[in-house]
Amino acid sequence: MSGQNGILVKVKDVEKTFRRGSEEIHVLSGLNLEVAEGEFLALMGPSGSGKTTLLNLIGGLDRPTSGSLEVSGERIDQMSGRQLAEWRARHVGFVFQFYNLLPVLTAERNVELPLLLTHLTKAQRRRHVHTALEVVGLSHRARHYPHTLSGGEQQRVGIARAIVTDPTMILADEPTGDLDRKSGDEILSLLQALNREHGKTIIMVTHDPHASARATRTVHLDKGQLSMEAPA
Amino acid sequence: MKLLFLVWSNLKRRKLRTSLTLLSIFVAFLLFGLLCTIENAFTAGVTMAGADRLIVRHKVSLLVSLPMTYGPRMERIPGVVSATHSTWFNGIYQNEPKNFFPSIPVEPEPFLEMYPEYVLPADQKQAWLQTRTGAVIGRQLAERFGWKIGDRVPLTSPIWPRKEEGAWEFDIVGIYDAGKKSTDTSGFFFRYDYFDEARAYGQGEVGWYYVQVENPERADEVARAIDAEFANSPYETKTEPEGAFAQGFIQQVGNIGTILIAILSAVFFTILLVAGNTMAQAVRERTGELGVLKAVGFSDGLVLALVLAESCLLAALGGLTGLGAAWLVTVRGSPVPTMLPVFYLPNEDLLLGVGLVVVLGVVTGIVPAIQAMRLPVAVALRRNA
Repeated sequence: MSGQNGILVKVKDVEKTFRRGSEEIHVLSGLNLEVAEGEFLALMGPSGSGKTTLLNLIGGLDRPTSGSLEVSGERIDQMSGRQLAEWRARHVGFVFQFYNLLPVLTAERNVELPLLLTHLTKAQRRRHVHTALEVVGLSHRARHYPHTLSGGEQQRVGIARAIVTDPTMILADEPTGDLDRKSGDEILSLLQALNREHGKTIIMVTHDPHASARATRTVHLDKGQLSMEAPA
Repeated sequence: MKLLFLVWSNLKRRKLRTSLTLLSIFVAFLLFGLLCTIENAFTAGVTMAGADRLIVRHKVSLLVSLPMTYGPRMERIPGVVSATHSTWFNGIYQNEPKNFFPSIPVEPEPFLEMYPEYVLPADQKQAWLQTRTGAVIGRQLAERFGWKIGDRVPLTSPIWPRKEEGAWEFDIVGIYDAGKKSTDTSGFFFRYDYFDEARAYGQGEVGWYYVQVENPERADEVARAIDAEFANSPYETKTEPEGAFAQGFIQQVGNIGTILIAILSAVFFTILLVAGNTMAQAVRERTGELGVLKAVGFSDGLVLALVLAESCLLAALGGLTGLGAAWLVTVRGSPVPTMLPVFYLPNEDLLLGVGLVVVLGVVTGIVPAIQAMRLPVAVALRRNA
């Protein structure tokens, strides 16, 4: 699954510029980063440092202005929109700060969403959903709608949705940002278990040093560039 | 199909808004069905008109009679197969103006030959030929007054009094059925010889002629020849195809088609705005969710299809139930058989309605669907945050 030398993600000379009116904003400037397969990487930095932009680029949600992005040996910056959507479905599981569950669907239907793009039968999809909910410890809440779940439970449903297709990597954007300390710890433990026991590569954006302490490596971004790197 | 639950769940998101929109669409299509039925009722004569039949009337007005001697002269004109006549009797049952229906004296044999859409059993036709006071009535009229074969029916006519005092007496000898769906079965036909002999005045005169032509493509030419035959006589004629004659009759009420199109256009324009607004709001308020769908791998095309499916489902639920309700109303028959004897929703209008449902679904959904398709996933997720 990985590229050369166990490197899963290779970000090379990536620049990202946004335009606001006549003003050009350089969010990422010549950034280089490599993430190994099986790594749990924390991306830290102040607001506006480009953490989420970098995560979006690695997850194929956005395109770099220049530079190259390689995941599992594939140049995702050169893919068409349709190819990128297919690639995301197969390789990436997203966990969002505000869970981003569809309020009109039950927990199990939310988890099932990425599987609707596969050729699995209904029974097979149901089995996968059940397994994912068991991994996050929420199989007993499968038929509940998001508004009847606590924040921590909603985030666990979000994680179940992220892992249900058994993706190559999990990208988490401030996964504990909207949770109290106890629920946040539970989510971090879950992510850590996914990394350690299931070998999932995880890239997590966070402000919280307590959260980054759970990662195997932490990189800091400032003004669109890597400022320092620290192993856990 | 496996994505249908997603479409359905989104429609259920705002139950009140969806219900009100559905109700508006339902009412619009119910109205469409009923107005089409009414238009069809008004134009049934045009629909029923035979392409090979002409109507010959007095040039001045339908109210001015023509001589009976014109019939044989018309039959001698090249291209004419046969000619027969009718007269407006304006019969009323029990002296009650509401008990009015089309009543017309005719010559039974040539009339039935020219109008095969009036289906009359052979024995009843025979009985008509043998009974001078015999009358043949349509199924709908028979049901309206509970008349059956053998009944004696008295009618009065404000136009044609009898020589002797009293009402006209008719014996029901036959009940005809419709050969076509558009055939009017509210008619009352009786024998011209009985009528001509017993009326107080106007002997030897008829209201108008029906002329059957050999070749419908030469109908105009034959019509000109008939009018030329009687030009410069005291009874000049105006000949026109039966459809045009019926159309002229309807236009005395007004241009029904244009009126109905104007009403329906206003209704559909409003519905377009209502349903379009619902869809636009529905998509705008879930920008973040669309971003999530794209993030987990839904392609732009699939997101477009989902939004379009939602608007089409909304239009289909409201529109098809509205059309169904209109059909159910009309299938029970005319609520005003005196005014609108032919009362049904034609299949072509039903199909047109289904087409409009699809158009409504696509038109109201296409703009929000394209917006959803073009929405950059990172932007959508950022808006949600």
